Amino acid sequence: MDTARSVKGEAMEAAENRDEMLARVRGLCVRRGGRSIFDGVDLDIRRGQVTAIMGPSGTGKTTLLRVLGGQLRPQAGEVHVLGEAVPQLSRAELYALRRRMGVLFQSGALFTHLSVFENVAFPIREHARLPEPLVETLVLLKLEAVGLRGARDLMPAELSGGMARRVALARAIALDPALMMYDEPFAGQDPITMGVLIDLIRRLNDALGLTSVVVSHDVHETFAIADYVYVLADGAVIAEGTPAQLNASEAASVRQFVDARPDGPVPFHYPARSLADELTGGRGS
Amino acid sequence: MIGAIQGLGRRTLDGLRGLGEAVLLMLRILRAAPEVVRRPRLLIEQLYVVGVLSLVIILVSALFVGLVLGLQGYYTLVDFGAEDAVGTMVALTLVRELGPVVTALLFAGRAGSSLTAEVGLMKATEQLSSMEMMAVDPERRILAPRFFAALLAVPLLAAIFSAVGVFGGYLVSVGMIGIDAGAYWSNMQNAVTVQDDILNGAIKSVVFGFLAGWIALHKGYMATPTSSGVSRATTMGVVHTSLAVLGLDFLLTALMFG
Repeated sequence: MDTARSVKGEAMEAAENRDEMLARVRGLCVRRGGRSIFDGVDLDIRRGQVTAIMGPSGTGKTTLLRVLGGQLRPQAGEVHVLGEAVPQLSRAELYALRRRMGVLFQSGALFTHLSVFENVAFPIREHARLPEPLVETLVLLKLEAVGLRGARDLMPAELSGGMARRVALARAIALDPALMMYDEPFAGQDPITMGVLIDLIRRLNDALGLTSVVVSHDVHETFAIADYVYVLADGAVIAEGTPAQLNASEAASVRQFVDARPDGPVPFHYPARSLADELTGGRGS
Repeated sequence: MIGAIQGLGRRTLDGLRGLGEAVLLMLRILRAAPEVVRRPRLLIEQLYVVGVLSLVIILVSALFVGLVLGLQGYYTLVDFGAEDAVGTMVALTLVRELGPVVTALLFAGRAGSSLTAEVGLMKATEQLSSMEMMAVDPERRILAPRFFAALLAVPLLAAIFSAVGVFGGYLVSVGMIGIDAGAYWSNMQNAVTVQDDILNGAIKSVVFGFLAGWIALHKGYMATPTSSGVSRATTMGVVHTSLAVLGLDFLLTALMFG
C-alpha cells in the first residue's frame, strides 16, 4: 500500500515537474565538423521564468538555441520543448511547434525588402487569415510594445542597430509565442539601447506570460533580468543557479567568467607550442 | 599517388552529394507548386523581377543579334544567289537555337545571378533562419515562387528575343540592303514550321528556364553564409548555368533535329 502511494506520489511529482518545465534537455550531445560542442548537457527551462544561458564565446550557446528550435539535430540526448520531443518531430510537426516559439536573432534578421510594418505583419499574414484592419491593429500594438510605432514606415536600412533589434523583437512576439528565445540581445548595443532591451525582455516576459531563454555573455545585464542562469564551458554546464548564487560562487571557472578575468580555466592563449620553440624553430633549450 | 586517388574520390563523392542535394531541393520545390498557385501574388512579383526587368537586355541583345544575322546571312547567301532566303535563315537560327540559348545565357547573367545573390544574402543575414523559426518554410515561400517565375519567364523572353531578332534581320536585309520584303516574309513563312521549329525551340527554352532557375536557387541556398561565399556562389551559378545550357543544347538539338 505504502509502495503504491509512493509510486503514485512520484508520478504526480513528475507530472507537476513537467508542467513547471517548458523545456527539458537531457544528455545532449552535439558534434559538428569532428568537434564536440556539447557532451552530456542537462538543463531545464522553467515556465514563466527568464533563463539565461551564459558562457564564453564559442561554447555553443547559439547552437543550443538552434537545437531547441529544431534547426539542428543532436547526435544524442533528449530535447523536449512544450511537451514535444524536438529531434523526433516530422517537418510538419516541427513547423507547428515553431508557431509557439519566437526567436530574436543577434543580427535582427529583418527582411530588408520590407518596411518595419510589413516585417512585423509578416508572420501574422503567413499564419492567420485576418482582415487587414485587424492585422494593422495587431502590428501597431506590437510596435507600441517596443516603442517604435512611429517608425512603422521606415525600411530596415534606415534603422539603428538597437531599433532593428526592437523591430525584430516586435516581429518575434507577433504570434504571441509561449517560448521566446534571445540570441545575444545586448551584443554591440550602446548603454541606452541595452537598458531598453533589458527592460523590454523582462517586461514582455511578465506582461505577456512568456517563458524566455536569453543567450548572452554580458554578465551584468543578463544577471539583472534572469531568474536562473546556466553557465556553459567545454561542452558542459559548469555552473547553474540564481544570479545571486553565481555571484557568490567560489568556483574558479565561474569567477573568471563573472569577474571578466582574462586568464584562468579558459586560457588567454589559444593552444600552441611554446613561444621559444616557435621563434627558435625548436632549437631553443 | 594514394593521396591523389583519395582526393579524386573525395571530389567525386562531394560532387555526387551536391547533385543529390540539388535534386532533393528541386523535388521539394516542385511539391510546393500548389502553394504557388494558391498565392499568385508571390509568383507575379517574381515574374516582374526576373522577367520584366530582364526585358531591356533581351530586347537590345535580340535587336543586335538580328541585325548581325541579317548582315552575315546576306553576305553568305549572296554568293549563291540565294539572298532572298535570308529571312528563312534568320528565323530558323533564332527560333531553333539562338533565341532559347542566348536568352538563357542572358537570363543567367542578369536574373540568375541576382537570384543567387539574393538568396545567398538572405541566408548570410539569417533571414532564412528567422523565416524557419517563424514556421514559414523558406523553400515554399522564397524558392518556389522564384523557380516557377524563372520557368515561365525564360520561354516568354525567348519568344520575344526571336521576334525582335527577326525584326532586326528585316531592318538590315530589307531596310538597308534592299531585299524584297515579300520574299523575306514569305520564304520565312514557308520554311518555318510550328511543330518542328517553334515547338522544339519552345521546349528548349522551357528546359533552359528550368535549369537556370534550379541552378541559381540551389547555389544561393547552399552558399557559404559569408560575403566571399555568396560571391563565389553567384559566379558559380552563372558558370554552371551557361555550361549546362550549352551542353544540353547540343543534346537537345541532336535529339530534335537529328
